[in-house]
Amino acid sequence: MKIGVFVCHCGSNIAGTVDVARVAEEARKLPDVAFASDTMYACSEPGQEGIIEAIREHNLDGVVVASCTPRMHEPTFRRTVERAGLNRYMFEMANIREHVSWIGKDIEANTGKAIDLVAMAVAKLTHDKRLTAKKFSINKRVMVIGGGVAGIQAALDCADGGLEVVLVEKTPSIGGKMSKLDKTFPTIDCSSCILGPKMVDVAQHPNITLYANAEVAGVQGYVGNFEVSVNRKATYVDWEACTGCGQCMEKCPSKKSRDVFNEDIGTTTAINIPFPQAIPKKASINPEFCMKLTKGKCGVCEKICPTKAIRFDQTDAEAVENVGAIVVATGFDLFDHTRYGEYGGGRYTDVITSIQYERLLSASGPTGGHIKRPSDGKEPENVVFIQCVGSRDKSIGRPYCSGFCCMYTAKQAILTKDHLPESQSYVFYMDIRAPGKLYDEFTRRAMEEYGARYIRGRVSMIYPKGDRYVVRGADTLMGAAVEVEADLVVLAVGAESAKGAPQLAEKLRISYDTYGFYMESHPKLRPVETNTAGVYLAGACQGPKDIPSSVGQGSAAAAKVLALFSKDQLESDPQISEVDIKRCVGCGKCIETCPFTAIELTEFRGQPKAKVIETVCQGCGNCTTTCPQGAIQLQHFTDNQILAEVNVLCQQTLPNYG
Amino acid sequence: MSADATELRIVGFLCNWCSYGGADTAGVGRFQQPTDLRIIRVPCSGRIDPLFVVKSLIEGADGVLVSGCHPRDCHYSEGNYYARRRLEVLKRFLPILGIDPRRFEYTWVSASEGQKWKTVVSKFTEHIHELGPAPRLDSEACAQAAAIALQGL
Repeated sequence: MKIGVFVCHCGSNIAGTVDVARVAEEARKLPDVAFASDTMYACSEPGQEGIIEAIREHNLDGVVVASCTPRMHEPTFRRTVERAGLNRYMFEMANIREHVSWIGKDIEANTGKAIDLVAMAVAKLTHDKRLTAKKFSINKRVMVIGGGVAGIQAALDCADGGLEVVLVEKTPSIGGKMSKLDKTFPTIDCSSCILGPKMVDVAQHPNITLYANAEVAGVQGYVGNFEVSVNRKATYVDWEACTGCGQCMEKCPSKKSRDVFNEDIGTTTAINIPFPQAIPKKASINPEFCMKLTKGKCGVCEKICPTKAIRFDQTDAEAVENVGAIVVATGFDLFDHTRYGEYGGGRYTDVITSIQYERLLSASGPTGGHIKRPSDGKEPENVVFIQCVGSRDKSIGRPYCSGFCCMYTAKQAILTKDHLPESQSYVFYMDIRAPGKLYDEFTRRAMEEYGARYIRGRVSMIYPKGDRYVVRGADTLMGAAVEVEADLVVLAVGAESAKGAPQLAEKLRISYDTYGFYMESHPKLRPVETNTAGVYLAGACQGPKDIPSSVGQGSAAAAKVLALFSKDQLESDPQISEVDIKRCVGCGKCIETCPFTAIELTEFRGQPKAKVIETVCQGCGNCTTTCPQGAIQLQHFTDNQILAEVNVLCQQTLPNYG
Repeated sequence: MSADATELRIVGFLCNWCSYGGADTAGVGRFQQPTDLRIIRVPCSGRIDPLFVVKSLIEGADGVLVSGCHPRDCHYSEGNYYARRRLEVLKRFLPILGIDPRRFEYTWVSASEGQKWKTVVSKFTEHIHELGPAPRLDSEACAQAAAIALQGL
């Protein structure tokens, strides 16, 4: 076998702490290595051309590139060797940047390690086989999970691109967090005026099927051919029949039911339409508060409904959808402020969260847009905003910045002055983070034009004094303690990952970080892709995001789906398991082990044998480890290939212990 | 670097999706680590045959570190559960082969945990240096180890 080795300088990234020329020189001494050289940037145009030239000139059978991580450039170099006429799997990478040059400064030790890694890659390559991808067809339908603004945008863009879209929303209406906002920064646009028409577009688009009040229960399959089961939760109302007239809401006697949409500011009826612009505009019953469902008495709505849509016996139903790609746009939750006991978390009626305040400001909210204290309905004079509640605080496990709280606090301070010209707003802040377009100007307007008083420092505690509250904190610019008397305190709560995010990630087989936010494939270059082919991310499920970024990501995810579906067939990854029929004894252990039921039992000349279903196998290799005979081998990661690497490491270059 | 400045031979088997990514993240973050460890990339920790570990240790490795995705966070749904069962059995089985089980460890590191990877590598390397180079196995050593193992049963 004739192998070529190319050691990349990566500018000074590698060459700075690894003697690349010596690595190439040592590689040349390895058996099977016919050519070795070092190159400035292997991944650049001239770098790749150099590899192609060398393959042709030296008639190479395989190539090793020692450079960065294969998670970055393996596909790049596979295409390169393919352009030179080699099979793309006759290529190996030695990671001498992330795993060597960037983590150690000792040139001698680094060079030794790089030599070892190259030797390992060469050893593995001598066992590599030419593999060819098979083609399979794609189901060109897409599922969008989450009907917030990111999901809505993704669904509309896909649908406008001609795709059939299934939109699954957990709550009874789409709209997400944005539909709860009164105005948006930095334009003071009316939130529901700009979101409402988009929500209507979703309802009216012929290509979109909407499942509201539904959750994804399970995901099977692979890119191009997912099978998703959706649990459609009971609403106790036949939505086909319901016209959204709202008569049931007027007559329902359970008027003290929990108002989820209004964030528990105020109450609602047990049967309700969450808000006037809801899509779908259908009523649903909250079973916890409905007297008919809890006590068996009442049934007023059933009697009054003009279309006879009430179904007290309705149960959850399952729908199965076959799609080729999935966009996850499940958004975020707001931090639970009751964890800050010193702020009266949940105990003081007039200490509320920013989203509750947003509902107070909204004309469609429980107070009709009048700012009234929840305790006594009085208009507040002094409103104190406290920022970073559940952001940038290690002690409660939220060390990250939530990104949008500075901006919405400035917006709320401005709106407060608009609603109550006599009022005075105080904002306790740590830093003002306003990096977006026109954002900094906006926060300055809150201070200069609307007279909000910004105090830099954390609040240590809040305590009641008469019917007011005393907010005690520090002014770190003055170097003094400050106390402000407040009629209303608004906590700028930060963002955290949505409840149940890890469970959904497990169903989708995507990764999430320490805080439950979904991980993108590459933080810079693949921001809406996941490591699972065909699953894309949009919006705040990936990390806190404001509206423009969420909409941008929604469109980006849609673009990725449209690009994926621009082909009629996809190539399957040939790095899957293969059964050596002569060795297989048909014991079926691999069948039991396979997490994807990708192996079945067949008969060959009267003997039971295992058979891999190629399109279903994901290439994990658990079967290979299980097989007592070594009969089923994961291609490109066979026992022989891995043991070849072990051999090189443990035998050939043993250091001299003296 | 190790205290005596002599590298020992440590083999790491890492799953592609979590720990290999975590090691990459540590690299991108420039988290300085000892240089003794060499990483073999596999698709899933469930792909790691316990015999790979045994073979490494018999053939000259001074330590073997296996790392995969956190339980419940496997790219292949449940490969890391298989890995956990196999590796736990392996750990108990190593003394019977005459191998010091302290030379083998398995951990869970996700792709986002660069800092954790640095800690894992540094601690394990330090630990192996405390144990020193592994004794080369001969028939006498094997018999002795087996006798000790049998006493423990």
